[in-house]
Amino acid sequence: MPPLLEVNHLKKYFPIKKGFWQRVVGHVKAVDDVSFTINKGETFGLVGESGSGKSTTARLILRGYGVTSGELLFHKADGTQVDITNLKKDELKALRRDIQMIFQDPFSSLNPRMTVLQIVGEPLEVHNIASGNDITKRVAALLTDVGLRPEIMNRYPHAFSGGQRQRISIARALALNPSFIAADEAVSALDVSVAAQNLNLLKDLQDEHDLTYLFITHDLSTVQHISDRLAVMYVGQLVEIAETETLFNNPLHPYTEALLSAVPRPDPDFASRKKRIVLRGDVADPSNPPSGCYFHPRCNYATDECKTQAPAFRKIQEGHWVRCHHAETLDLAGVA
Amino acid sequence: MRTSTPNADVANTDVAATTLEPLLEVTNLKTYFKVREGTVKSVDGVSFSINKGQTTAVVGESGCGKSITARSIMQLVPKPGKIVDGEILFHRYQDSPSTVVDIHQEDPNGSAMRRLRGNDIAMIFQEPMTSFSPVHSLSNQMYETLRNHKKVSRKDALELSIEALRRVNMPKPEQIAVSYPHQLSGGMRQRAMIAMALSCEPSLLIADEPTTALDVTTEAQILDLLRELRDRLGMAMMFITHNLGVVAEIAEHVQVMYLGKVVESAPVRQIFYDAKHPYTKSLLMSVPQLNHKVDRLATIQGSVPDPFSIPTGCPFHPRCPDAMPGVCDVKVPQPLQLTPEHQVSCHLYGDA
Amino acid sequence: MKVHTGSQSTASQQATGKDAKLYQASQWQLIWWRFCKHRVAVISGVIIIFLYLVAAFAEFIAPYDPAAFSPLHAFVPPQQIRVVDSEGTLRRPFVYGLTRSRDPETARITYEPDTSIIMPLKFFVRGDEYKFWGLIRSDLHLFGIDAGPRDRVFIWGADRLGRDLFSRLVYATRVSLSIGLLGVILSFVFGIVIGGISGYYGGWIDNVIQRLIDFIRSIPTIPLWMGLAAALPVEWPPTRVYFLITLILSIIGWTGLARVVRGRFLALREEDFVTAARFVGASEARIIFRHMLPSFGSHIIAALTLAIPDMILAETSLSFLGLGLRSPVNSWGVLLQEAQNLSSVALAPWLLLPGVAVVVTILAFNFLGDGLRDAADPYGD
Repeated sequence: MPPLLEVNHLKKYFPIKKGFWQRVVGHVKAVDDVSFTINKGETFGLVGESGSGKSTTARLILRGYGVTSGELLFHKADGTQVDITNLKKDELKALRRDIQMIFQDPFSSLNPRMTVLQIVGEPLEVHNIASGNDITKRVAALLTDVGLRPEIMNRYPHAFSGGQRQRISIARALALNPSFIAADEAVSALDVSVAAQNLNLLKDLQDEHDLTYLFITHDLSTVQHISDRLAVMYVGQLVEIAETETLFNNPLHPYTEALLSAVPRPDPDFASRKKRIVLRGDVADPSNPPSGCYFHPRCNYATDECKTQAPAFRKIQEGHWVRCHHAETLDLAGVA
Repeated sequence: MRTSTPNADVANTDVAATTLEPLLEVTNLKTYFKVREGTVKSVDGVSFSINKGQTTAVVGESGCGKSITARSIMQLVPKPGKIVDGEILFHRYQDSPSTVVDIHQEDPNGSAMRRLRGNDIAMIFQEPMTSFSPVHSLSNQMYETLRNHKKVSRKDALELSIEALRRVNMPKPEQIAVSYPHQLSGGMRQRAMIAMALSCEPSLLIADEPTTALDVTTEAQILDLLRELRDRLGMAMMFITHNLGVVAEIAEHVQVMYLGKVVESAPVRQIFYDAKHPYTKSLLMSVPQLNHKVDRLATIQGSVPDPFSIPTGCPFHPRCPDAMPGVCDVKVPQPLQLTPEHQVSCHLYGDA
Repeated sequence: MKVHTGSQSTASQQATGKDAKLYQASQWQLIWWRFCKHRVAVISGVIIIFLYLVAAFAEFIAPYDPAAFSPLHAFVPPQQIRVVDSEGTLRRPFVYGLTRSRDPETARITYEPDTSIIMPLKFFVRGDEYKFWGLIRSDLHLFGIDAGPRDRVFIWGADRLGRDLFSRLVYATRVSLSIGLLGVILSFVFGIVIGGISGYYGGWIDNVIQRLIDFIRSIPTIPLWMGLAAALPVEWPPTRVYFLITLILSIIGWTGLARVVRGRFLALREEDFVTAARFVGASEARIIFRHMLPSFGSHIIAALTLAIPDMILAETSLSFLGLGLRSPVNSWGVLLQEAQNLSSVALAPWLLLPGVAVVVTILAFNFLGDGLRDAADPYGD
């Protein structure tokens, strides 16, 4: 599969300002030298705990913030390639037709003062794709696509449940017929049965509209069902990338192992049998990360080397990258 | 009183639970909210009991009434909610001879209720920040709690709170005790709240989604802690969650709620391996499993109905794959005792 | 903890008629519905509308010219309106005539009702001539008595020059209420522009503006007003003084509103739906006018309503201290200033009625503002 989006050495440091003159006293390294490639038509999962920088990564790709450094190469359908980090205003607006986002919170991502028609129709209006009656027709089609009845388009968001709002949000993202959608915790706020419905919907839409997804979540059990490849993030850095199956069955980074082990399984026999890895302490502070490997204070396998030497992000096998000094020697447990 | 490890519990529940003494007996509890649009029957005739030292999980989707059930037990129902009917019997075994209180008959603001809260029943919440005052240090807040229940001097308060924090495996408890809630991470705040809740050694801990807002690795830490404390202190737990994975990890007994009613109640293994109610089965199927990947997740059709227009008959019938027309949409199913411990409210298991 | 009420509930897609109305209700409808539940605020709203109607039709409602004096009626106490006369017969509303006498010892003038003279109250009587809003010449008044030119009715009493307090109060209402409104509108313009700039651009601009606001708010208001008011030349016509006083009041008043506007701007900038609009390619102008302004329009209205009483109080205190408006302009402050000495409190307590008007108005505005603020965000919980 050809690449659609290449992320090269992406960095985003947020300055910490203090005092009257807003002097910069430090930086939060929210995204710190992250590189990965998303191929056309795949679902790329980005997993991490809160504060790992996964949402910031998505917003950088959408140009919600300017980057500190790095490249974001996007391959457009017409064969041209653009670097998202240095687009002019009108080029950026044109790019918005290719790249869209679905937000986590179905309650804050829809303007409560606009009707569904206005919300889903806004992209069409902004890009002069349709006007008047034509918008209504297109919005009706989009709502049908996401499994909502078109008659509801004159209602306001407060009339809908979380799952339905999330579908409205998906319809808005689809309006410009993009090739790439970043879904930031798109089902995390929903009840299980509703989350399952929306995951299935996202899968169906992917096939129908030829979409590529960046699926960002902290929930490993949902990401497994939707993503082809997975990247694990810890304190602004990628610690492991692999195909989903490989990563789940044969993780190479101790953090990935701990994450997988921590997921509560709906299986009481398993719960009583397994020995769970419980990490010590909390996620490191991205404004003041530990020396050496960022994970070493919580790692059960840390050696003296880990305390001083920062590990490089290395390729172990084709398609399997990991940031650990001991990737070859550790025998880590997967989900099986 | 049983003293067994959690792992053994899961296997032994079937035999052990029947011989236990009841701690909390709730009968036909009804908590309604009267609002402009009508009456929301958040809890509509719920009956269950929790035995001494037993962990019961209450599961269900948002809006099923699990939180309101918990708050009714504490008499902390938010306005305009009101307990309209039912009996909430709590057994105080530390009194000799043991006494029984009907919580519903107590004045919510009376001294008896205050004594129950904290001393006998403690509660922890999803968002610990809301149960702390931001302007007092942790030890000060714990002193307030302790003072209401025991005779404690301010001098001892610091030491007692350090002790309580140490009990929840808080790192550097001396330092944490004098710090303020906002200085702690989410996991540490949750630990501090548990420490505060347990400082008076309650016999029942009500935990309302205590790990939902936490990351998985932190969630694992907190679940471990709760299990350990439960075994060490011998307290009973009522654990409210929507996460079936968490249920499997912590519960001995499970109650599944849907639209204000308990639809199924059974020991944890029977819920997961021999569920009877179609709602329980559907819920279990829609949970993505880590170790086996399916192409499409099973779902429950439709969504939870509007609380003002609850369907007739069995409230689950419009979404039920096994609904029998003419029966399920007409008659409200009554709880049926399949085994002494397994109860289900479903017409499928009626007269047959 | 979530309690489901209709507006936030998990709505099935098949809504019934009543639900459909709720689901298609715009934010203003939702605000209105919520506001109507706030009983005290609704009553206050009615009172305020009534007061503004009085202000608008002051010339018609007041039975007399506020400046018309009548030395024979100095300090007439409020006259009782009766429907039953001394013989016990029921009549249409009337007042008795007055007999004026002087206490031989204290030399105080006292008034006694003279039951032999019955002066019926009538609606729509001809009286002092006036120009309605300075435009339409008329002499029609809402009520009055049909009697000789020397007989007058003082339902709320008269002052030391025999001027009808009720008429004066009605005219003063116009001045006081309009100063509140005008001052708030001016503050609002300053506030929304400066606050908007502060909140939208952020950074050092925000910092400078915020410090300026801090500075302005730290100046004690009374000395500042005194300074500014003292700078107004005495010979200026009353209308110009009126406008300048308003301007002076809003120079202080805008800071509070600017804070509100800035706060809302900052909060909304981070809202997901604003980010979403940015991500679909909406222009900055569209984001501000379609997404941000409608989101805090209701909050602004509530803040404005709560700012009006401050203005009215400020004007009242200025005038009371003799620094604001002066006779012949009437305002509640001016009227209270005239009631400022002990003897009037003791002998003619009705002269303090303007104070009652101030209290009622301020309370009504505050209750209305509270109600509006509570209703302002129908999606709040």
